[in-house]
Amino acid sequence: MEKPIITVNNLGKRYLLGLGGGEHYRALRDVMANSVKNIFKRNNKNEDPQRIWALKGITFDIRAGEKVGIIGGNGAGKSTLLKILSEITEPTEGEAHIYGRVASLLEVGTGFHPELTGKENVFMNGAILGMTRAEIKKKYDEIVSFAEIKRFLDTPVKRYSSGMYVRLAFAVAAHLEPEILLVDEVLAVGDIAFQKKCLGKMGEVAKGGRTVLFVSHNMGAIRSLCESVIWLDSGQIVKKGNADEVVRDYEDNQLKRFDESSYVVERSQEEVKNKSFYFSRVKMLNKRGENTTIFRYNDKLILIVDLRGEPTIDFSPEFHIYNELGQFVACGAAGPYHGKYFSSKVRKVRIEIGPLTLTSGRYRILLSVMIGNVRVDTWDNVIGFTITECQPFATNWEIPTHREGVCVINQSFSKIEGEDSQ
Amino acid sequence: MNTEYVKVIKKHHGLISIDFNELWRYRELFWFLALRDILVRYKQAVIGIAWSILQPLFTMVVFSVIFGRLAKLPSDGVPYPILIFTALLPWQFFAHSMSASSQSIVGSASIISKVYFPRLIIPTSAVISGTIDFCISFVILIGMMVWYKIVPTANIVYLPLFVLLTFTAALAVGLWLSALNAEFRDVFYVVPFLVQAGQYISPVAYSSSIIPEKWKFLYSLNPMVGVIDGFRWSILGTATPHWIDITISAASVLVIFTGGLLYFRKMERTFADVI
Repeated sequence: MEKPIITVNNLGKRYLLGLGGGEHYRALRDVMANSVKNIFKRNNKNEDPQRIWALKGITFDIRAGEKVGIIGGNGAGKSTLLKILSEITEPTEGEAHIYGRVASLLEVGTGFHPELTGKENVFMNGAILGMTRAEIKKKYDEIVSFAEIKRFLDTPVKRYSSGMYVRLAFAVAAHLEPEILLVDEVLAVGDIAFQKKCLGKMGEVAKGGRTVLFVSHNMGAIRSLCESVIWLDSGQIVKKGNADEVVRDYEDNQLKRFDESSYVVERSQEEVKNKSFYFSRVKMLNKRGENTTIFRYNDKLILIVDLRGEPTIDFSPEFHIYNELGQFVACGAAGPYHGKYFSSKVRKVRIEIGPLTLTSGRYRILLSVMIGNVRVDTWDNVIGFTITECQPFATNWEIPTHREGVCVINQSFSKIEGEDSQ
Repeated sequence: MNTEYVKVIKKHHGLISIDFNELWRYRELFWFLALRDILVRYKQAVIGIAWSILQPLFTMVVFSVIFGRLAKLPSDGVPYPILIFTALLPWQFFAHSMSASSQSIVGSASIISKVYFPRLIIPTSAVISGTIDFCISFVILIGMMVWYKIVPTANIVYLPLFVLLTFTAALAVGLWLSALNAEFRDVFYVVPFLVQAGQYISPVAYSSSIIPEKWKFLYSLNPMVGVIDGFRWSILGTATPHWIDITISAASVLVIFTGGLLYFRKMERTFADVI
């Protein structure tokens, strides 16, 4: 078997809580005061509860040319692992051997200075990332055309739009040519078109035989870029192996966790004491009849609502859907839309919603009921649901609400024949 | 597979030697970082350059009036303003570079926590970036010497040695303070005090000839004593320098520098965790 390009053996990193990334810096005077105190104390070397293991017992090998995704929730230790491998910080125990030149891309635009021009920053940033002046010069034109900012090269980057800034910064990084590339979630910035381009460039880099370690929350990107995946949780490896398999297990696990949020809501008596007709309970199901509040793009959502009270005549239930930004996304109404009015004896109604052509994010539902022209009950913020994945198109591009709109509409792109430039 | 770059990542214990090969590989970064500081500083060109001309001139005038005219301190046979300016030249370089250097690690937190390169580059390039001000002051000194019709002596050939000593002294103190500052933020408040006190315990505003002989040894432990005496001697040819004192200062620079390097190397492993 081929010798691995990276071997990691029982790697661990312990942090002191309160240090790093807080206002709690150590002050020299405190240290002096404490050391005076400590002279009179017995030195105990017990495990300090203030210390936590950000990584513990990490062991794996990576073959040359392998593309490895690293996934896991926040605080799982993904970034710490990359920081250790890129020598930014030292492990507390264990060791790693790396046979090749490493470039790490934990952030785009490291070392960019707002007062310097685009051109100056390209050279600066390149040097920080470990490129020589000659290398940068050779790649300069390529970098500039990749970033699409030719006209602004002599403008200080403080005048750039955030999109231009990111494009230039990523362009430099994308032209690094190390044997091993460590990439943190840097694609979560910039506009969609450019993100796509960066993913393409990364794919190209990966195909070029380079070894890539890629941290991301974007499962679509992980699936399309990586062959194998390491899943971390609380600083330990949960599973490693084939990308599709590990990602699927990871997602299932995420769904189970989410599902602890309630899919049945009972209304409090307090809320309905003056109402003659009202919703008393709601339950959310998926198409297979399982209780859940988790859905994917194009799934169907089913609400079972219970009603109480004495309506005089037929009634029409309605629902509104709001997204996480508070935007009114869609609504449904039995009477006006479908001509369906329920008789006053009905006490349980099934509402089927979908396919949900919604972008990934959180949503909440409002229920109301109309009798004639009177809205006799409104139950706001009844129940929430989450669209965990929205990758409707062939590239598996993930479409989240906060960035790319409230819903997905069908689309296609094609060129018009006979109109090409000569 | 490239066996040329084999890297072992693990916890290091004790003192770490300096990897000169690696520093050489990153040599361009020294200049890029220094250049960045210089470019940023002189981008607002008029203010930037005016400031580096006015500050030494103003200090010289104040010192000449107070110590030369009012206190009537001896001037070793040269005009008092010249005596002062030959000292201000290395002193201000030292003071600025050392302050910049001591802030440099904390000031580069965003880079340090995101990318690896030899950390020694940061305080060093902060010192290098002070050379522009030094050159500007040097031009002013030449102008003043023309004005006072003073011809430098042959000793001037030794000047580069003392420039190097100044540079080393600034870096030596900068290494200590930058590493200390990363760990203990209150070092920030100590630096201005050091600069102020240093100005008086170094022969900036006066000639070191007024120091009583019995205190000379202690006095010369201050690295800047040897530097300033050396500058005055090589530029003005003032009374034969006290070689013993200069040697003591130079030795003191070396000790601080070596200690600073070792301390810095020891501390740099945790920079990314504490800043």
